[in-house]
Amino acid sequence: MTLQEIIDQLDLKLLTESKDFASITPSSGYASDLLSCAMAGAKQNGIWITLQAHINIVAVAALLELSAVIITEGAQPDADTIERANQQGVTLLSTSEPTFSTAGRLWELGLRSG
Amino acid sequence: MARTSEVIGGKGRVFTDEDASHISRIEELSYDLKIREVMTTDLIVVSPKMKMQDVLELLRQGRISGAPVVWQGKLVGLISLEDLIRSMVNHELHKNVEDYMTRDVITVKSTDPVVKALEKFARTRVGRLPVLDPDGYLIGIITKGDITRGILFALHKDFQAEEIRVYRASHLFEDIVSDRTSLIMRYRIKAGDFTHGGAASANIKRALLRLGANTQIARRCGIAIYEAEMNQIIHTDQGGLIRVEIEPHRILMQAIDDGPGIPDIDQAMQPGFSTAPEFVRELGFGAGMGLVNIRRCVDKMSLTSIKGKGTRLIMKIYLQPEDSLKENNDRSLQEEDL
Repeated sequence: MTLQEIIDQLDLKLLTESKDFASITPSSGYASDLLSCAMAGAKQNGIWITLQAHINIVAVAALLELSAVIITEGAQPDADTIERANQQGVTLLSTSEPTFSTAGRLWELGLRSG
Repeated sequence: MARTSEVIGGKGRVFTDEDASHISRIEELSYDLKIREVMTTDLIVVSPKMKMQDVLELLRQGRISGAPVVWQGKLVGLISLEDLIRSMVNHELHKNVEDYMTRDVITVKSTDPVVKALEKFARTRVGRLPVLDPDGYLIGIITKGDITRGILFALHKDFQAEEIRVYRASHLFEDIVSDRTSLIMRYRIKAGDFTHGGAASANIKRALLRLGANTQIARRCGIAIYEAEMNQIIHTDQGGLIRVEIEPHRILMQAIDDGPGIPDIDQAMQPGFSTAPEFVRELGFGAGMGLVNIRRCVDKMSLTSIKGKGTRLIMKIYLQPEDSLKENNDRSLQEEDL
């Protein structure tokens, strides 16, 4: 399943620069609001679901080379965070849904923990 | 290119902060590149006293659709196919260029950024713009094609520059011959500087990749340094120092600070134990997993701390022969010898 399909199916809002999402296939999913847990648990090219929206999520996503971060509950990162994400090639997506249902939808679509 | 002229095209649109955050490298280049750098300087110009008859020949032979009219080095007009057709319709091919040329010429300055030319192209629909130097002398002409070529060339240079950096760095240990070569990088970490949290680890990871380390090794170092870096940002009084020493067969990472120190190291190493203050936990730190993550990522880890004095964290990753960075020595000398 491609990132483009996930964006379409979950009706996610793209916060960062557009990429060729149809050519990106996320490896797995991980959900936590604790950065060190994401650091330990999220896989390369995976999707990380969190309601943290501050600048430090970008460093985590960049280090782990995640395919995207989905920020839940409509939390809005500030302009600096989005700018940093664009600089580092990190894709930030947003949804008004809570983490639990977002993870559920991704699971239904076939994404696993990896 | 279409996107560039759309975003900055002269449609009176206000450029918001949100737009600014979407500026791509191409848009950045259209501001960085000067018209001088992309314009054509190989010019066919005509004199105002030239006969329209001769202009016809010139345009035909040069396969061009217009030319600047220059008098004593200064641009005085523009003559185009359209002007030529008008003179033919009037049976006035014997008349001078000055009788048919357009006098009101839109120009650009050689020192302006390329974006200025793009704005004028978008606003006026002309296909080429004469370029004047700061003294008003005609020195070139610029078309959209010149801009596309110039930007592609600049992008290519960006790409090559990174390739060269990777190439040079990846041969560093081969090119420098010594009995034991190492590269030391130091990063000063400021206490409480969450905005730059992750900067040192990102730089170290990039350096390792350029040096030719495999992605797995770079990732493990990145995670270990990130956790050490965040620990210094969150817990130290005065920040600390991160020192990374890279050798072809081993990466030594040290995080050193001068206080306040860890009272109980065994407790600190327990998964889930954290002394992070509430506001830091709200940011998602203080999971009590930092040191646990480090232990998982490195081959050897030692943590020593004296309360009131400071903490020293030493981490080592050994590179297997197949992963090791290329080097140029016979490794006959052991670490202990040097």
